[in-house]
Amino acid sequence: MYSVRQWSVRHARGLNAFYRGFEALLVRCHRWFERIGYERLERPVAFVERNVKGFLFDCQMCGQCALSSTGMSCPMNCPKTLRNGPCGGVRANGHCEVKPEMKCVWVEAFRGSRRIEGGVDAMSEVQFAVDQRLKGRSSWLRVVREKTAKPEAAPKAAKPAGGASR
Amino acid sequence: MKFDDEPAPGQPLPILPGHSSPGRLERVLRAGSFAVTTELAPPDSADPDEVYARARVFDGYADAINATDGSGANCHMSSVAVCALLTRIGYAPVMQISCRDKNRIAIQGDILGGAAMGVCNMLCLTGDGVQAGDHPQAKPVFDLDCVSLLTIARTLRDESHFQSGRKITSPPHVFLGAAENPSALPHDWRARRLAKKVAAGAQFIQTQYCYDLSLLRSFMRHVEDLGLVGKVFILAGVGPLRSAKTADWMRRNVPGMHVPDALIDRLAGAKDPAREGRDICIEQIQAIREISGISGVHVMAYRQEETVAEIIERSGVLAGRVPWYPQRDQDPPGSHPPGAA
Repeated sequence: MYSVRQWSVRHARGLNAFYRGFEALLVRCHRWFERIGYERLERPVAFVERNVKGFLFDCQMCGQCALSSTGMSCPMNCPKTLRNGPCGGVRANGHCEVKPEMKCVWVEAFRGSRRIEGGVDAMSEVQFAVDQRLKGRSSWLRVVREKTAKPEAAPKAAKPAGGASR
Repeated sequence: MKFDDEPAPGQPLPILPGHSSPGRLERVLRAGSFAVTTELAPPDSADPDEVYARARVFDGYADAINATDGSGANCHMSSVAVCALLTRIGYAPVMQISCRDKNRIAIQGDILGGAAMGVCNMLCLTGDGVQAGDHPQAKPVFDLDCVSLLTIARTLRDESHFQSGRKITSPPHVFLGAAENPSALPHDWRARRLAKKVAAGAQFIQTQYCYDLSLLRSFMRHVEDLGLVGKVFILAGVGPLRSAKTADWMRRNVPGMHVPDALIDRLAGAKDPAREGRDICIEQIQAIREISGISGVHVMAYRQEETVAEIIERSGVLAGRVPWYPQRDQDPPGSHPPGAA
C-alpha cells in the first residue's frame, strides 16, 4: 500500500535497526534451517516474507533485497526497475516520469537513506542488475546462507550478489 | 585539427597509448580541445540516403554524432544501423544503447556488432519509459539499468568476456559514455550518481538539457568535491528553444526537462523567438565553456538540426578548429565547412 510504503521510508532508521537484529537472529538459526532443509523452508518463509514486506514496502519479491541501501524504498517499484538511483526523468515535483501520481522511488530512497547512518554511502555503491532466476524466492534465507557460508568475509561476499540485503 | 595518422575514411585511427578507442571523439577530448557533439534523429525510413542527408548538416561542426536508440520511446531506424552507415564513410557516431527495448543478451550482441562496424563511442542509457512514445502498449524490458549496462560493456572491453563469463576472442575498443541530468531531483545526489557511473565504466558524460546554469554550476561543484574532474569528460547538453510556447510544452511533457521561467519570458518578449532561442543557446554555450570541469557541449536541436552549424559557428567554441567530415581534407584550406552554408 502506497501510504504504508511512505511510512516505511519515514521510519527507515527504525526499520533498519529492527532488521539488523532480525537478521542476526536468523543467522543464529542456521543450524536448525539446515536440519529442516533450506529448500523445504523456501516456500513457507517466502510466503511470510512476501506478506510482511509486501505490506511494509510493496515488495515485489525480486529475491535480491536491497532495502538497506535504498533507504527502505523498494527499487522494484520503479517502473524501470532501476537499481542504481533515479533516472533523468524525475518531475520537478519529485514524482515519477512514468507514473505521475507516484513519488519517484529513488527520490524517496534518498530521503530514507539520509535517515540511516551510512545510508547515503550504501546507496552510492554500484549494484548489478537483478538475477531473474531469484524472483519469488526468499531474500532472508539467501542472506543467511551467504553469511554462514563465508562468515569471515560476510559483508563483502554478500555485496556482489545484490548488495546489503534486507 | 588534423591528425598525423589520418586514415582513409571508414578505416579506424590507431589506438594511442592510454586510449580505449580508435575514435576521434576520445582523441579530441584527451587532447584537451573543447568538444562538440550533436544528435541525429534516425529516419522513419529504410533509405540510407536519409541518414547521410541528416548527418551532412553537421559537417565541420561536430566531433561526433549521436544516433539515438528509439528516443522518447518512438520507433525509428535502429541506432546500430545508423551508426554502421555513418562509419562506412568515416563519420564518428556515438551509438546510444537504451535498456528499454533489449535484454542483456541482445545488448551484448549489439556492443560487439557495433564495434565490428567501426563504432568507437557508445552511450549507455536507461531509456525513456514506453508511455512516452508512440507504442505505449509495448512491453518495457529494463533487464539492465544504465549502470549495469556500463559494467557489462566495460567487462566486454577490458576483460574480454560476456556477463556469463564466456570469453570473447576480440574485445570491442569503445569509449564509453553515459548521461546525467543535473536539473533533476534529487539535486544533492546527482553528482553521486555520476560517480557511480564513472565507477561502473563511464569515460564521458553527455548531460540532458541544462537550461538552468545555476543548477549546472552547483552540480559541477559537487562533481569537483567528489574528485571526478579528470576522471571523466563532461559535455553539457544545450539546445535552441523555438518559442515560449514550445519551451513551455517541452518542460511539461519531455521527461526530465527543466526550463527556468526567465528564459520563457525572454522568448515570449522577443520579436523573432526562434532567433532569440538560438541567441540564448549561444550565450549558454559560451557561459558553459567557462565552467571548470566541463569538456564540451552536446547540442540537441530536434527538428531544427540545421541550426547547429550556425550556433556553433557564432559561439566560437571551436576556436578555428574544423572537426573531420568526409570532404574536409579535400576542400581548400580556409574554405567554409558546408554545414555553415
